[in-house]
Amino acid sequence: MGETLRHAWTLARKDLVLEFRTRTAILSAVVFTALVLMVFNFGRDPTAVAAIDLAPSILWVTFTFAAMLALNRAFQLELENQALEGLLVAPISRTSIYWGKLAANLVFVAVVEAVGLPLFVLFFNVPVAQVLGPLVGVIALATVGFVTVGTLFSAMLVRTRFAELMLPVLLLPFLIPPLMGAVQVTARLLAARPLSEVAGWLRLLAAYDVVFLTLATLLFPHTVEQ
Amino acid sequence: MTLARKGHWTTVVGLVLLGGVYVRAVVFTPVERLQGPAQKIFYLHVPAAVWTELAMVLVGVASVVFLFLKDPRLDRFAEASAEVGTVFAAIVLTTGPIWGKTVWGTWWAWDARLTSTLFLFFLYIGYLLLRGAVGDAGARARYAAVLGICGMALVPFIHLSVYLFRTLHPQPIILKPSAPSLPPSMLVTWLLSFAVFTVLYVGFVMQRYALGRAREEGDDG
Amino acid sequence: MLRADGLRHAFGRVRALDDISFLLTPGQTLAIFGPNGAGKTTLLKVLAGLIRPQGGTTHVEGGPRAVGWIGDHAQLYGHLTVRENLLFWAALYDVPAPLRRARVDEGLRRQGLADRADEPVRALSRGLVQRAAIARALLHEPRVLLLDEPFTGLDLAAAAEFRRLLAQLAGAGRIVVLATHNVGEGVELATDIAFQQRGRFVSLGPRGARTAGAVVEEYRRAVGGG
Repeated sequence: MGETLRHAWTLARKDLVLEFRTRTAILSAVVFTALVLMVFNFGRDPTAVAAIDLAPSILWVTFTFAAMLALNRAFQLELENQALEGLLVAPISRTSIYWGKLAANLVFVAVVEAVGLPLFVLFFNVPVAQVLGPLVGVIALATVGFVTVGTLFSAMLVRTRFAELMLPVLLLPFLIPPLMGAVQVTARLLAARPLSEVAGWLRLLAAYDVVFLTLATLLFPHTVEQ
Repeated sequence: MTLARKGHWTTVVGLVLLGGVYVRAVVFTPVERLQGPAQKIFYLHVPAAVWTELAMVLVGVASVVFLFLKDPRLDRFAEASAEVGTVFAAIVLTTGPIWGKTVWGTWWAWDARLTSTLFLFFLYIGYLLLRGAVGDAGARARYAAVLGICGMALVPFIHLSVYLFRTLHPQPIILKPSAPSLPPSMLVTWLLSFAVFTVLYVGFVMQRYALGRAREEGDDG
Repeated sequence: MLRADGLRHAFGRVRALDDISFLLTPGQTLAIFGPNGAGKTTLLKVLAGLIRPQGGTTHVEGGPRAVGWIGDHAQLYGHLTVRENLLFWAALYDVPAPLRRARVDEGLRRQGLADRADEPVRALSRGLVQRAAIARALLHEPRVLLLDEPFTGLDLAAAAEFRRLLAQLAGAGRIVVLATHNVGEGVELATDIAFQQRGRFVSLGPRGARTAGAVVEEYRRAVGGG
């Protein structure tokens, strides 16, 4: 276990160094997030729909799309010079490869969300100061779910044709339950309602994370086997 | 008799029985008081919906065993089950709006149950697309199994979110834990139609399985 | 010691390994020649633990930790410097942290890369990348070296240089397995020679006094073409 975590961390750190050195992907994802938020603002009739009513959906659709962008590149990195083969030959467990990728993806998406959230507050003028803690909590809960499944799928899609197109098609049905939950919880939070109203959703989000993290860890070796 | 012919005849028997069930449904089962004759579509809609989900679960179960045994027959079965599930999902998605138009007054109400079948439908489509996108047979079977298992795990989450989401849909009244509140004659009709759909599922899967096998032999030979 | 016993593997109906057995002890270098698709790479991947064979067993003394792998791709990340790449792989191979820097510097020096160590890998020529790949494969001081088409893309001078290096490595009590479709390449390094065709070893034996020319001639008779 300790060894697995150490190797996972080595891998994740390498991915992040690569990411922040090239910066193209992270910058694109951040700019993309800002643009989507802008598009949503102009994509509604301001006289008919108040921004606050749409705000939770907008936030989550934006985060979902941004996460999708991030996921495609995770295993793309390993195709360069067939580094993935090197990882598979190395005396490290498959689990540590998956966890390393997962951790790097989580950091990547978290950075995008950390930029996206203030922009969202600014553009849509939503009151978050009172609920920032719980809001960050639900973002974390849902993001872990998204990225867990997404990392697994991107591992098997990286070598298929049209990977960029296939990932959203396969992934979106899986994102619906956490997306529904995240939107519901966010809406209650922004309306200053008590969290007890959405206890069911919170349990669903937590259960989703646990089930798919376990499943993805068990299934990942089958996606890289030869 | 070859598997394809057996499947063919099973399907024929299933279709004849389906006709029989509908005779019973229309002629011998009372008309539902609030929904009127439109409710008859449920004998098609609900069993198809149940089998859409069961087919996904069977894809998942076959996939789990496949990853342990690596037996190509399991992969072929999963593929067949997924295609039949897609067809059943399509039945649910066409009959649902027909009923909805009469009773709710709108074709598509974004009702959560129908929506969740829609997502199951997309899940199936994704599964079949993935199979189409991977050239190597070994990788195709493994990837499909991974997706199939995740799909199976997703079914309860779709259900849960349906329960939590406010819904227009009539709450399920057949498979709920307390005693069924359906009048006995409707329940019997429904159970018969469910049995018929089971026959249809088996028939379709047998034919599709035989086709998959023939195709593989064609590829290799 | 490296042992393969009755290895069998097939991709669909294509036989990649068909009843392959051999035993190598330290100091031995096995050169495997065969046309593309003969199953050479599959054999190396099985020996490296990348593929679990459908039949037969392998035994590598020391396990995956004792294996060094050089493929036709360098398994290095282009946007990291040579040194960063080596430090990353050293960590994955569990070279103890205090030794890592010294080990990496030593490797860089031996491959004549000391003055290029802080350049990103993508800025290096193919020959230098190959040297970095060798340094990478030797970081954990493997007792078994697996080489898959290592001459691909090297110009004449670089190939000669690489052969000299291999001779040193093989001489130092290692087991080396070298696979290439380029018949005759590396014959002078080999203690043993095998011809592989459609998954089978059609011949396997000590090189004895055979020259590269004699081996090519023999290969033409045994396998055909050339």
